[in-house]
Amino acid sequence: MNLKISALEYVQEVQNGNISAEDFTAKTLERISQIDDKLHAFLQVNSDAVDQARQIDKKIKSGEKVGACYGMPISIKDNICIKNSKTTCASKMLENFISPYDATVISKLKQEDAVFVGKANLDEFAMGLTTEFSAYGPSKNPWNQDYVPGGSSGGSAVSVASHECIASLGSDTGGSVRNPASFCGAVGYKPTYGLISRYGLISYANSIEQIGPITKTVKDTAFLLNLVTGLDTNDDTTTDNSGQDYLSGIDAGIEGKKIGIIQEMIVEGTDPAVLSATKNAISKFEGLGATCEDVSLDMVKYSVAAYYTITATEAGSNLARYDNLLYGYDFPVEGYEFNSYISKARTKFGPEVIRRMILGGFVPSAGHAGKYYLKALKVKQKLTEEINKVLQGYDYLIAPTVPILPFKIGEKIDDPIALFLVDINTVTSNLTGKPAISVPFAVSNGLPIGMQILANSMEDKSLLQAAHALEGTVKLPEVPI
Amino acid sequence: MTKMGLEIHCQLTNIESKLFCPCKANYREFEINENICPICMGLPGSLPRLNQEAVKKATMIAMALNCSTPEKIAFFRKNYFYPDLPKNFQLTQLNIYGDTSIGSSGSIMVGDKKIRITRIQLEEDPGRLIYEGSSSKNQITLVDYNRAGTPLVEIVTEPDFENPKQVREFLNILSDLLENLGVSDPSLEGAMRADANVSIEGGNKVEIKNINSFHDLEKAVHFEITRQESLHSRDIPIVQETRHWDDKRKITISSRSKEEELDYRYFLEGDIPWVKIDQSTHEELKSKMPESISSKKERYVTKYGIPSQVADVLSSDKFYSDLFEESHTESNAKEIANIITTDLMGLVDTREKRESAKITSSHLKDLADSIQSGKISRNSAKNALHEIVKTGKELSQIISELDLGNVSDESELIKVIQEVISEESQAVEQAKSNPQTINFLVGKVMQKTKGKADPKLTLDLLKKEVGI
Repeated sequence: MNLKISALEYVQEVQNGNISAEDFTAKTLERISQIDDKLHAFLQVNSDAVDQARQIDKKIKSGEKVGACYGMPISIKDNICIKNSKTTCASKMLENFISPYDATVISKLKQEDAVFVGKANLDEFAMGLTTEFSAYGPSKNPWNQDYVPGGSSGGSAVSVASHECIASLGSDTGGSVRNPASFCGAVGYKPTYGLISRYGLISYANSIEQIGPITKTVKDTAFLLNLVTGLDTNDDTTTDNSGQDYLSGIDAGIEGKKIGIIQEMIVEGTDPAVLSATKNAISKFEGLGATCEDVSLDMVKYSVAAYYTITATEAGSNLARYDNLLYGYDFPVEGYEFNSYISKARTKFGPEVIRRMILGGFVPSAGHAGKYYLKALKVKQKLTEEINKVLQGYDYLIAPTVPILPFKIGEKIDDPIALFLVDINTVTSNLTGKPAISVPFAVSNGLPIGMQILANSMEDKSLLQAAHALEGTVKLPEVPI
Repeated sequence: MTKMGLEIHCQLTNIESKLFCPCKANYREFEINENICPICMGLPGSLPRLNQEAVKKATMIAMALNCSTPEKIAFFRKNYFYPDLPKNFQLTQLNIYGDTSIGSSGSIMVGDKKIRITRIQLEEDPGRLIYEGSSSKNQITLVDYNRAGTPLVEIVTEPDFENPKQVREFLNILSDLLENLGVSDPSLEGAMRADANVSIEGGNKVEIKNINSFHDLEKAVHFEITRQESLHSRDIPIVQETRHWDDKRKITISSRSKEEELDYRYFLEGDIPWVKIDQSTHEELKSKMPESISSKKERYVTKYGIPSQVADVLSSDKFYSDLFEESHTESNAKEIANIITTDLMGLVDTREKRESAKITSSHLKDLADSIQSGKISRNSAKNALHEIVKTGKELSQIISELDLGNVSDESELIKVIQEVISEESQAVEQAKSNPQTINFLVGKVMQKTKGKADPKLTLDLLKKEVGI
């Protein structure tokens, strides 16, 4: 059985009766058990998946109404809550947390008869770019297992790229979907802020993050967006997009469109292979009938600093609830005074989380907020004004998703500043709320390179059309696992 | 000069659900930790969903306190660790980044004194701590989260109070106002709490927390003024600090915690978009605002001629003024005001009695009309009212069951009158020479009829029989 098919192909095959959901899920689980020891994409595998797929087959056979996923195996980043199952955020702090409720995206996908094959690895609480900060060990890049898969949704990207599932949901706070998608050769999507409900996504920096699909094709992303977007009474920040069909007209092309190349994102230190891939992408866009010009977003140079200041502030507050009183891990409370208990309990957080929480205690504090947090908010606002102005003249903005190629595991983990610079091209879309996508575009020395396209808020459909057009110009080698 | 300011916390009790989730705002009827959900428990992944009704009710309070209200409001996180706070931050409002709180710069008159309102903010109430164990060594703290997330309106005043009496009067006026608005029931336990700050001439500001009743608030500020004056007279400096009210010993105690040094790291809550309160919402709320207590009082006095003191009592209490509004007509208004303030208030003087009282506005109307038409005497009406409150039976039924109806049958009354005339010949003679003394005979008739004789008819008939 070919596990390499896309979501849309899968639906076609099941509808035609060529495959059953049960067989496909069983084969998928088989593959996971064969290769995931090497890749470590999953923190948990759902042992009921085959049974669930069988139930969906029954529905199909009996002619009952079947959801759009037809039992499609999907992996879920382990910071998204699935009822009655563990949601650990790859942290020891939540090693025993069993969610009593479904995230909105999960209830929507259940409605559409998706099968969740497992919870995917991530950097602890989604803080990181490599999955090396997972308390349960890193995931490996399926193209070369000595290399990082990117992060924080590394497990999601690995599982899709290595065909351990058909698609995945990750979360993107500063590039956490697009970065691993780029490093693993998958499509990664960060929607307009508010397009997908965050209810049930464990917050890291709630004012800028979004759940986003990681898929094998751009069409699959459009397919998933049709299922999981929209207004949600449980998330006041969601936007009404009713009537929007992201899949229809995806072949529209980009003839006559104007594209801006963000100069500040092709910085010194960009890998020559990434640079030449970017030039190549520009000529492909032009070949598709678009015009490309250099544009400038001056504030980008402050964006990473602003990003870390804002995310640390929000993380410091969002993670304050993990005091180990109501849920968490086994650690008896007797003999402790409240504050000393919390201090002691919180030593279970990993080093990166602790680093950001300490920063989060400092940058918004009295006497320092003006110099750091409030200044970061100003950068965010100015960057937004700048990008809005540029987008008046351009339909899309492009830049490589990550300026460098995947690096070796352990190579940069002790150099947080070097890791921070990996974010330079992705954080802008989070800080400004704009949709952005990473499309697999090239392979250099056996490692993938992704190209990023940005569009204006609520122009997600148009963005997918451009991404689909670009995707059609490339044919990448198959993942060697 | 002594200066005092207040921070009053008032729960919105007359509202369906909590501020950010669908759990009940009326948490009091639940078993411990039964009125909770992933949102008010702050479980990982949960998000607040703002109760728009609470925003409207809080805005009504702001309007009633003559505050200016912004076009857009925002919520902020107040970050601190406390066991009653499930998220270890509280969602609240503040005005440090522009006026984004539900109201600001209001005022309220206490007699001739204007008390300025600094700010009104909408926030979530934390859970409730229950302490068990006798000594501090084996004491354990239990948490009941049923209350967590209840909508709370904080009203902050300027330090405009000069003495404890003004504080008490202000609180009375405020709680009547909130009840009249229909947003809160101040008599519910814990529905209204307050902190105070007190400073005397030449001294630092001292905050008093943990005052659980309005009654104690007056005592607490009184104690604190005395304490500070006593220090001052002995040239001992008054340190700026937070003190806790000891409910049992009725004194304030310095709280050694470093509460005042806490840095709350306030920042905007991104999960709750700014809420627009536009002109049409304002108009809608204005039209829904009930008549103010002072305007009610004035209407009672000028339109119905109800004495000012009676009108004062009647208008300031929502329970009674609602009864009055529903039952009165132009002609019986005075009578009804009289029944409520002289009789009913004594019968249902506690919250429990009020709640179990079976009286309705139609009972009151019947009662007043019956008195006015002479069907029942005032005296009997009192007995009937007692029975109505207890049983909720119709007045007519009570009159016949307890035989309270006036004797207005002429022939029956004449029989009694003739009896009295034959028994009281001396008084009859007196009445003939001095008609005013006839009241003695009326009294005798009343005695014989157990107060049920129609007084007017009795007088007329007596005059005729005596021949004056």
